Amino acid sequence: MRTNGGMVKVDEKQLARGLGWFSIGLGLAQILAPRQLARMIGVRERPILFRLIGLREVASGIGIFSKARPAEWVQSRVAGDMMDLTLLAAALGLNTSTRGRVAVATAAVAGVTALDVLCAQQLSSGPNGKPGAIHVEKVVTINRSPEELYSFWRNFENLPRIMNHLVSVKNLDDKRSHWVVKSPGGTTVEWDAEMTMEKPNELIGWRSLEGAQVDNSGSVRFERAPGGRGTVVRVQLDYRPPAGVIGATLAKFFGEAPEKQVAVDLHRFKQLIETGEIPRTEGQPAGRSRSTSRVYDDFVRG
Amino acid sequence: MKANCWYGKNDVRVEEVDDPKILNPRDAIVKITSSAICGSDLHLYNGFVPTMSKGDILGHEFMGEVVEVGSAVKNLKVGDRVVVPFPIACGNCFFCQKGLFSVCENSNPNAVLAEEMWGHSPAGIYGYSHLLGGYAGGQAQYARVPYADVNPIKIENGFTDEQVLFLSDIFPTGYMAAENCQIQGGDTVAVWGCGPVGQFAIKSAYLLGAERVIAIDRFPERLGMAREKGGAETLNYEDVNISEALEEMTGGRGPDSCIDAVGMEAHGHGAIYAYDRMKQAAMLESDRPIALREAIMSCRNGGTVSVPGVYGGFADKIPFGSVMNRSLTIKTGQTHVQRYLRPLLERIEKGEIDPSFVVTHRLPLEEAPRGYEIFKNKEDDCIKVVLKPWEE
Repeated sequence: MRTNGGMVKVDEKQLARGLGWFSIGLGLAQILAPRQLARMIGVRERPILFRLIGLREVASGIGIFSKARPAEWVQSRVAGDMMDLTLLAAALGLNTSTRGRVAVATAAVAGVTALDVLCAQQLSSGPNGKPGAIHVEKVVTINRSPEELYSFWRNFENLPRIMNHLVSVKNLDDKRSHWVVKSPGGTTVEWDAEMTMEKPNELIGWRSLEGAQVDNSGSVRFERAPGGRGTVVRVQLDYRPPAGVIGATLAKFFGEAPEKQVAVDLHRFKQLIETGEIPRTEGQPAGRSRSTSRVYDDFVRG
Repeated sequence: MKANCWYGKNDVRVEEVDDPKILNPRDAIVKITSSAICGSDLHLYNGFVPTMSKGDILGHEFMGEVVEVGSAVKNLKVGDRVVVPFPIACGNCFFCQKGLFSVCENSNPNAVLAEEMWGHSPAGIYGYSHLLGGYAGGQAQYARVPYADVNPIKIENGFTDEQVLFLSDIFPTGYMAAENCQIQGGDTVAVWGCGPVGQFAIKSAYLLGAERVIAIDRFPERLGMAREKGGAETLNYEDVNISEALEEMTGGRGPDSCIDAVGMEAHGHGAIYAYDRMKQAAMLESDRPIALREAIMSCRNGGTVSVPGVYGGFADKIPFGSVMNRSLTIKTGQTHVQRYLRPLLERIEKGEIDPSFVVTHRLPLEEAPRGYEIFKNKEDDCIKVVLKPWEE
């Protein structure tokens, strides 16, 4: 499974991790050795201020590693950088400062700021550098013949049984179908799609028709696994939501964990085809008001 | 119905909850007549297993009577007496068809969570965290059994519950641990941990042809059971240096196979033990592999280290150089219980073993919290607790 980066030169996640460690390291130094650090950058020793800045750095660093919203935490670093630059500019004017050292420190902070801004931009835009464009690929092996899997998928009306965010798919004719998809806040988004490729027992491709709120396309390939071990199923999906509010909301909806969503859907496909049912715990008893766990089950199952 | 639910570290409570319902065509509902507390439940009780949620119903060793079946279950009928294996297997996937039931590809609805943690997902397990499916467990008056057409074994003779209950987990678990040792005539097998799984590993090692079994623990009652019921020689690690003692007992070579029936919360002493306790408390490692390290270092060249003990995540300072340079084999896994049900029931029928020997405590389900407490603290010489859901 991978998310392609067309325009991206730097791996933004790796960059974010680097910045995270940098934050934690610098923050700890400020907390533990504020006086030495002040001397190093050539400003008056103010341990309490330094320790507070250190705490901010550590918090940003830990936040970046928290995984949930690294973009926002990197943005918090940008805000912190601005604060530091302001303080350093003020320090430059004071005669308690060693000008040369403060200038070097300012240049260093400016450099880090540039990295922070770049990273924050890349993290909050889509992986293709274009806001919200999403590309996902995922593969699974199913203990059945390509023919059986192909015939399930060839009838798009079957897909809501395995794909959680699909409300319904209706075949309009042999090529075209109408898709209704859940979107945040209990609303739905709809579009018409047409089959673009079809190779019996091997390949199906589709894409949304002109005028769809969410421009999207997908394909599924069925390859006989070696050694008679069933079929390798490869799914590829692309979403290109438009700009604007709907686009942003949808991008967020599909974009939060598109890989996880496709992984879950393919597990369901495999479960349904191999065992005749999809395992569930919704509706089981528990010593709480809900049958499942909001934190774990609901999050994972989408 | 009444069910024993998890609410946090050292906090389980018997609560009134809804009765389970059939949710899928291959489900059955079992009215539970006996349900045991497993040593691995203590890892939940002690808060070492991640992804538990308040209100989860515990328990994965249970048996009872079928009271309802789904439309696709043809081999069971209402009134059948069954023992339910702890891993949930679909019977259809590549792994189930190879007999590797505990790594079934289909039974964990939270597979993507497990994939994050472990790379790939194993089977779902009753009452054993949301990482393993978030299924309601069997320390309750009723349980829903998924894929009931392939999992439970019918008990059609007059055995008591306690003679067959442990087919659900600990007897096959001890047996698979011994089988993994690939015992040959004349072999010496050392077993770390004389809890219920260790006791069954000792018995099974002899059933599979071991010449000698050496059992290691620190509780006199457990060592006593290993000697008297299992026929093992015993070592108390609080009295002797285990590596030296094993060396001496095996002519300087080491046991042919070593079984770690302890797992992630091993005890020990000295600096290394303090180091592991601290790292685990600080969440820098999830497991304290003290028994595993000792088992590896003690095992003879070319021998097998078999690990039925439960590990959750990451363990430090595993002497892998010793494994590699001395040609050791490590065999482990959650037990593929379904594979052993029939053959082990036959061994019970032939009188080769009566698994009820491990039971030391019988309590009504209502007293499950007390059961956990005495089992955890080894009070009153506790080795195995069986809960009776319908007794007051």
